[in-house]
Amino acid sequence: MKSNLIDYTLHLADTALILSQRNSEWCGHGPILEQDIAITNISLDLLGQARNFYQYAATLTGGEATEDSLAYLRTEREFKNLLLVEQENGDWGQTILRQYLFSQFQYLMFEKLQQCSDEQLAAIASKSIKETAYHLRWSSEWVCRLGDGTKESHERMLLAIEELWRYTGEMFESAVYETIINVASLKEDWMQRVSAVFSEATLPVPENVFMQTGGKKGIHTELLGFMLTELQYVQRTYPGAEW
Amino acid sequence: MNNFFIKKFFYGDIPEEKGGGSDYQTKHDSTSWPLWEVFIRSKQGLDHKHAGSLHAADAQMAIENARDVYTRRMEGVSIWVVESKYITASNPEEAGELYEPAADKIYRHPTFYQLPDEVNHM
Amino acid sequence: MPVQNFEELFQQKIDNEIKIEPKDWMPDAYRKTNIRQISQHAHSEIVGMLPEGNWISRAPSLKRKAILIAKVQDEAGHGLYLYSAAETLGMSRDEMINDLHSGKAKYSSIFNYPSLTWADMGAIGWLVDGAAILNQVMLCRTSYGPYARAMVRICKEESFHQRQGFETLLVLSRGTEEQKAMCQDAINRWWWPSLMMFGPRDSESTNSDQSMKWKIKRKTNDELRQNFIDMIAEQIKVLGMTLPDPALKWNEERKHYDFGEIDWNEFWNVVKGNGPCNKQRINARRKAHEDGQWVREAAMAYAEKKQSKTKAA
Repeated sequence: MKSNLIDYTLHLADTALILSQRNSEWCGHGPILEQDIAITNISLDLLGQARNFYQYAATLTGGEATEDSLAYLRTEREFKNLLLVEQENGDWGQTILRQYLFSQFQYLMFEKLQQCSDEQLAAIASKSIKETAYHLRWSSEWVCRLGDGTKESHERMLLAIEELWRYTGEMFESAVYETIINVASLKEDWMQRVSAVFSEATLPVPENVFMQTGGKKGIHTELLGFMLTELQYVQRTYPGAEW
Repeated sequence: MNNFFIKKFFYGDIPEEKGGGSDYQTKHDSTSWPLWEVFIRSKQGLDHKHAGSLHAADAQMAIENARDVYTRRMEGVSIWVVESKYITASNPEEAGELYEPAADKIYRHPTFYQLPDEVNHM
Repeated sequence: MPVQNFEELFQQKIDNEIKIEPKDWMPDAYRKTNIRQISQHAHSEIVGMLPEGNWISRAPSLKRKAILIAKVQDEAGHGLYLYSAAETLGMSRDEMINDLHSGKAKYSSIFNYPSLTWADMGAIGWLVDGAAILNQVMLCRTSYGPYARAMVRICKEESFHQRQGFETLLVLSRGTEEQKAMCQDAINRWWWPSLMMFGPRDSESTNSDQSMKWKIKRKTNDELRQNFIDMIAEQIKVLGMTLPDPALKWNEERKHYDFGEIDWNEFWNVVKGNGPCNKQRINARRKAHEDGQWVREAAMAYAEKKQSKTKAA
């Protein structure tokens, strides 16, 4: 029971951290200064969420565990983040779409989580949902801008959908440890909202796509190993040092 | 006076003639985003105050950018944005005729009126 | 009114500490100098994001990562304030960015040095931001209103940057042998370049007092550099590290630290594009701008569509 709670909390933490890490790659390289600042802000919000979840997971784990030991000293097979968030930034369209698909899910998920029986998770969710509401607003507006912008931007969004849609199914498949909320029940609502935004953006909602899963169980795409190599490099090189 | 140039440089000020350079040209940005002026209400009960400007494609984006750029440290509770081109500014050369006539209308100020001490708090 | 009178009035305002505002009459050279200085300052903030941004993905703890992201993002914000200030003088941001990408406009040479280890994040915060802050505090009183206001905002926000840099080094200086070595190495590499940030010696400059007279600048390069050295030479004692200058010594008579000769040859080489990272920095900026072209176009196209829709409705 407790190990389920730890695993679930780690899943939430890992997902937020990995998406934060991806978004932060834009810092200094955004399409215009104002949007560089915006995506970096989202990265910072997600990092804050990840830290809250890791700190809670560390308390649950007990012993020597800290937010940093959990983020820096676990391996590819132990990370439980969604496959969607480890996908590469690609162009701005792909980054936007990844953010939107995730934020739309995270928002609905936090709505449930803030009412869950675990007080700590509920508290983190109700603090974080305000941030997520903003991410959702920002990213959905961008989906519309790019989907219904120019011919080029529309085509790029079609490519992004083709690239990312297959990682969305995993969000709604419960992992063994995912007992606190029923993610499957969020699917219909998510689908409806995504369809509405896509329709505004003149983008098609794909049908009958085979869904890739595994992230929640620690079976990732090859990309995660490279991300962790970079993320954990200093901690791994100088074991035990304080920073 | 008009021909001098400044040979001294500061942080972020290196004269062009000594800087080298290349002939690289970026593609001309035919669709650059318009400039917006940002006004922030720092707390409930205060006026909106000019905070600065930024570039955005539309008003919605301008509000969000203003939030990201000018309220990162909880500096605001409300934001106005207006496209800079819609702002009409008075001309400094007309300052005399616009503002000086107010100078001799001292009877508009409360201190103009000498009242007995008994009504001190009027 | 003949131009001569305008200039006299202008100088009177400056002498009386009245700020110059965008629509006020100003000599062409004043406008140009300000555009150049403000835009180069803006470019420095933007290019300055790169050496630090480079370590965001590898920051050694989640706390350090958050601090670093916030700091680099602040720099983007500062670049934005400064571009906005320069735009009030009649040059568009596009033009400024074009000049940066073409190599016509410069940015602070310090950012053409590589950030090689985590300790560099501390050294940049402590030394580079420390040097920048001395300039920026002075610039809060510069004569051009929008520039002065931008600097006030920036100084307020930057006050944590130098502190976090020093604190980063402090932790290293109290850490393992490897961390101490990393700390000393970073200080060694960033010390001289940060002294160069103040520009050439006063004696190298002719016609130097115009921008002092216009109160664009209020202290000379050498004054600021000396302030900086006096400050750092004391602070380094707390770290238990050394500065890589055997000539550095307190001069009781001057009440200042004496210091060794700066390698001006290196300074000019870096300014001219031969620094270790000049090419990478500019290429990164160009790439970001070019890759963003379709995004900016799409957002504009969408905004126009929206607008014509609301008009039709």
